[in-house]
Amino acid sequence: MVAVESIVGSYNAWAGNGASRAPAWLKDIRRSAIARFERLGFPTMKQEAWRFTSVAPITEGSFELANAPTGVPTLEQIRPFLLLEAGYRLVFVDGFYQPALSTPFFDDIQSLAHVTTHRPELVRQHLGQYAATEDRPFSALNTAFVNEGAFVHVPAKATIAEPIQLLFLASGDKQVVAHPRNLIVLEREARASIVETYASLKQGPYWTNSVTEVVAGEGARVDYHRVQRESTKAYHVATTQTQQARDSIVNVHTVAFGAALARHDIGAVLGGPGGTLILNGLYLLDGAQHADHHTTIDHAADHCGSHEYFNGVLDGKSRGVFTGRIIVRPGAQKTDSKQTNNNLLLSTDAHADSQPQLEIYADDVKCTHGSTVGPLDPRALFYLESRGIGEREARRLLTYGFAAEILGRMEVAPLRAQLDAIVRGRLAEP
Amino acid sequence: MAKGKVMLEVNGLRVAVAGNEILKGVDLTIRVGEVHAIMGPNGSGKSTLAQVLAGHPAYEVRAGTAKYDGKDLLDLKPEERARAGVFLAFQYPVEIRGITNSYFLRSALNALRRERGEAELDPMDFLQFLEGKLKAIGWDDSMMNRPVNEGFSGGEKKRNEILQLAVLEPRLAILDETDSGLDIDALKTVAETVNKLRNPNRSFLIVTHYQRLLNYITPDVVHVLADGRMVKSGGPELAHELEAKGYDWLRDAAMVS
Repeated sequence: MVAVESIVGSYNAWAGNGASRAPAWLKDIRRSAIARFERLGFPTMKQEAWRFTSVAPITEGSFELANAPTGVPTLEQIRPFLLLEAGYRLVFVDGFYQPALSTPFFDDIQSLAHVTTHRPELVRQHLGQYAATEDRPFSALNTAFVNEGAFVHVPAKATIAEPIQLLFLASGDKQVVAHPRNLIVLEREARASIVETYASLKQGPYWTNSVTEVVAGEGARVDYHRVQRESTKAYHVATTQTQQARDSIVNVHTVAFGAALARHDIGAVLGGPGGTLILNGLYLLDGAQHADHHTTIDHAADHCGSHEYFNGVLDGKSRGVFTGRIIVRPGAQKTDSKQTNNNLLLSTDAHADSQPQLEIYADDVKCTHGSTVGPLDPRALFYLESRGIGEREARRLLTYGFAAEILGRMEVAPLRAQLDAIVRGRLAEP
Repeated sequence: MAKGKVMLEVNGLRVAVAGNEILKGVDLTIRVGEVHAIMGPNGSGKSTLAQVLAGHPAYEVRAGTAKYDGKDLLDLKPEERARAGVFLAFQYPVEIRGITNSYFLRSALNALRRERGEAELDPMDFLQFLEGKLKAIGWDDSMMNRPVNEGFSGGEKKRNEILQLAVLEPRLAILDETDSGLDIDALKTVAETVNKLRNPNRSFLIVTHYQRLLNYITPDVVHVLADGRMVKSGGPELAHELEAKGYDWLRDAAMVS
């Protein structure tokens, strides 16, 4: 395929030039990843995991590897994309770290490239250890170009009070691809909240291919939020992979508002007993937007709980895809797993596909799943109208409820309020 | 007691759902301040009458009229009926995902206040208003921050309907089998609250299958609906008679007539 060849070509140019100073171990990682990508190629709709999503717009487009942006935005320009006032933040434009806009903290909240140079052992220990590339071409591609992104390290028993913001902005005026790579490591009993946002300064077409690995040590707790507000002409492919040690808590909250085509693979491994996971997601689509969430929860240890809630609100000709795979490994007894996916179709041209996939290899477990796809419930509509609420407002209220149900699970109040305002703005009458 | 002004007047109401005629000519007159009970066997059309008065879109009115304060009730949209003071306590209250009870009630109350030309209540003012209402009926606010009816027990759902009644202060309150599925303690609580909400300007239409509820709420008039027609009306003693004799003797009467 031409697209694959041209990507390998740009890899070779990049590896021989800008990225040539990397340490040998990192070069090895990149080399084997590009070889893997070359072997895998882009996915096709014949593959089970890509049944409902065509990546043709990406393979048919030509996206050059982004160069460092020429003009750096001011703090005022990026303020609309910062969802929180306080706290540490790392800002990237077209994948390039922007020290002038960032507030790092030593080597613990830093750009990945910086930490790779200054504390390589910390990066090497974790990088690429969690996000699979075997059958994941986009993850392999990101790994081939691994260089820059956010690095967060919270030492044992430390708590970072304010959420850490990771902001990835696209210039939006160049047809480029960026491969941000993020590594978030919480040592034992550490605690932190992360807000990772993708947005663009201009509404042009571009491609983001990100990977974030999140590691929660024994008894650690991380609240990881991901806000995708890309340009509606953009292509957004992302992998989020979490790995949990015993008694840890990982809460993943994800909202997808933007992009023409978005594919988000979320993987979670409960690797030690007593772990708790929440996957809480919302997609709010309109026009011709397409968003595909592919989630895999791997119960690899006993006495863990996972609760997955995804709601989709689909208007226009948009399409939402949700796959919820849950694996309960042999020996993962007393697993308590619950999955729901509800899709609200606001127009007759909108479409949703929902597929739960349960693979249970242990016998003493509790696993439930349920999904719905449909228009607003006429019974609910009548209920509201019978209380004096007019039809338009009733529809808006019920629609808002679909989103509010997801946002309500987020514990960072100011963030929840910001997202609530975005949702209300989207649902307001034109 | 001098008879009050007529609030609701139903004449020859014939209603079908999915092509089946359920109400086959119902007459009913409710005056201001009166409490009417409608009893009847399953399938007699009691709930249909309640729902059609509230404006449920599934019901097709084939003939007859329903006048509320002299105006054509059947011509109004459900929300217009609510704003005019008609309230239906649902037999099966609906769960509303993501919307808290408090938010829902404030939205509903503000819709009514807009209609009456009153200022809308902001969240703080509403909370104060709500506290007063809860105090008056002796309830706490434990249901307020939960999504509407979601995960509520059967009893909680019915209580929630009565709470809405207390907050929205309708002139005509229709209770559709509010007693069904309640244990005796919950039934007493609901009945006591309804009694507190009775006043000379408010009328009630209480639809029930059982006489039980009427031990606690004494109606002015009891009607029996059977096979889509009112077959008997009387005072509170009629409810006791029905409890003793059952519905069969009336059903037979309906067939004969």
